[in-house]
Amino acid sequence: MSGNENQQPIGKIETGIEGFDLVSEGGVPKGRTTLVAGTAGSAKTVFAIQFLADGIRKADESGVFVTFEETPDDIRRNMLSFGWDIQRWEAEGKWAFVDVSPEPDDRPIESGDYDLGALIARIEHAVRKTDAKRVSLDSIGAVFSRFSDAGLIRGELFRAASALRRMGVTAIVTGERTHEYGDICRHGVEEFVADNVIILRNVLDEEKRRRTVEILKFRGTSHDKGEFPFTISSKKGIVVIPLSGIRLDQRSSNVRISTGREELDEMCGGGYFRDSIILVSGATGTGKTLMGTEFISGGTANGEKCLLLAFEESRDQLFRNAAGWGIDFEALEKKGLLKVVSTYPETASLEDHLLWIKEAIEEFDPKLIAFDSLSALERVSSVKTFREFVIAISSFIKKKEMAGLFTAVTPNLMGGTSVTETHISTITDSIILLRYVEMFGEMRRGITVLKMRGSMHDKQIREYTIDGNGMHIGKAFRNVTGIISGMPQHVATGEVERISGLFEESDRRAG
Amino acid sequence: MPEFVLRLYITGRTLRSERAIANLRRLCEEELAGQYGLEIIDLLERPQLGEDEKILATPTLIKNLPSPLRRVIGDLSDTEKVILGLDLLPCAESQSQQGDEE
Repeated sequence: MSGNENQQPIGKIETGIEGFDLVSEGGVPKGRTTLVAGTAGSAKTVFAIQFLADGIRKADESGVFVTFEETPDDIRRNMLSFGWDIQRWEAEGKWAFVDVSPEPDDRPIESGDYDLGALIARIEHAVRKTDAKRVSLDSIGAVFSRFSDAGLIRGELFRAASALRRMGVTAIVTGERTHEYGDICRHGVEEFVADNVIILRNVLDEEKRRRTVEILKFRGTSHDKGEFPFTISSKKGIVVIPLSGIRLDQRSSNVRISTGREELDEMCGGGYFRDSIILVSGATGTGKTLMGTEFISGGTANGEKCLLLAFEESRDQLFRNAAGWGIDFEALEKKGLLKVVSTYPETASLEDHLLWIKEAIEEFDPKLIAFDSLSALERVSSVKTFREFVIAISSFIKKKEMAGLFTAVTPNLMGGTSVTETHISTITDSIILLRYVEMFGEMRRGITVLKMRGSMHDKQIREYTIDGNGMHIGKAFRNVTGIISGMPQHVATGEVERISGLFEESDRRAG
Repeated sequence: MPEFVLRLYITGRTLRSERAIANLRRLCEEELAGQYGLEIIDLLERPQLGEDEKILATPTLIKNLPSPLRRVIGDLSDTEKVILGLDLLPCAESQSQQGDEE
């Protein structure tokens, strides 16, 4: 039998854990045992339970939970908060506990040789009783503290692992780690339990808790490498954010949509692309929120649903601002064309923000989405997490074939780039800069399209003004240099003509 | 009515199981003659009983009566530990006998 088994490629079984099946390229190896190792509080138990819960809910496969630490009663109660009704599943014969949790005064006297035959017999019994396809053991290290002979226990666990394999079930075994980066597992469990190892981490990263999952090895089958962030949602349990697991297979659209302003449409060569990410960068007061608002009013004017996510201003403020530019948000919301969500970035971690934003998009199904501002979200995370967030949300937006507009604040009034920009400029398809231009003791404003992937666009820096009707884009600044670098200098008209004449000359020569 | 109620849990009739049974029978006859009841339970045949008593290792000897409940695991080859583990010391004259042996 084992000969046959070895010749067949190892299949996988979908865990049902969102995102994990993507990074693991299909789940955990079928019919094998996988060790899930992590420090205290790394969500090992949730992983082990969710493996069974999602098996029941999504694949209609029964499960057996072998608990070495928590009592079944505690587990039943704790998991209700995720909406997993274990008691009901037990009644339906889909879930069985093998309770090996310690009794308060349970330290048996040892007299001579023993083995863990009883444990194996009980697991086998429970598997037969429920016709289980999945088994979780949580957590294996606890067994060692109950017996004096660690070597014997190690051998017995190896026997248990082969018994699980014989039963044809797919198993998750959890184990403790003492350090986030170091030995895989205490008691050297990984060597004899599993060909497959997953590590859950929970580390402090710039004062923020960051949870990640890493697939260390899947013997004989492939998986994505590296650490992937995950969060624990009250509705779904563990949700992995499959960063490099995201495939760049979005279709690219040539359809243009309005920027909400005719002059800007022209500058962009006909408008933004249907499925593109646009970054609007500018100092405070340059009109970023206005551009977001016009983007939305342009979309709703064409009957498209728009979602506005605000992280700096309250709903009331946003509605008042829009009214000041002649746009009635309230009427648009009533028509069902617009949804405005306003929240402070500090209310949740970035992973959690990502989750609810995705859910909001799924629910409202908009064609356009605006973030005002993305920089605000950067405050609540480390650089790495932020970058991952932007990549995840951008790819999600593209997959949905939506257009997304992000605004970013530059720290300096004049010129300069923001941290946000440097991190995400390569991800975005279009970049629009709004800059102050100081001329003769007056603050004027300039707009330029810095990048427009896949399209010709206006390269000039144009002046614009803002009034009660919104943004008005005018002529290019002809005789100013150094706007983008933040040091505008007025150049005499004669000089401008001489320089442009110079370029014409060299163009002709090169041609 | 036996004074001592003992249950021995085993998994299959292995050499280790047989050894435990033999050791226990001998010990009972020596120490508790006439005042014990012994039941041997094979978990391969009745796994649910293992579930009820939360048996992890086999062989496991459980003294249900007199209380308190006591557990001893292993093939019971170390007689002294079994006597200690089952709280057999305070009762009967076995105490003095044992003292003589040492």
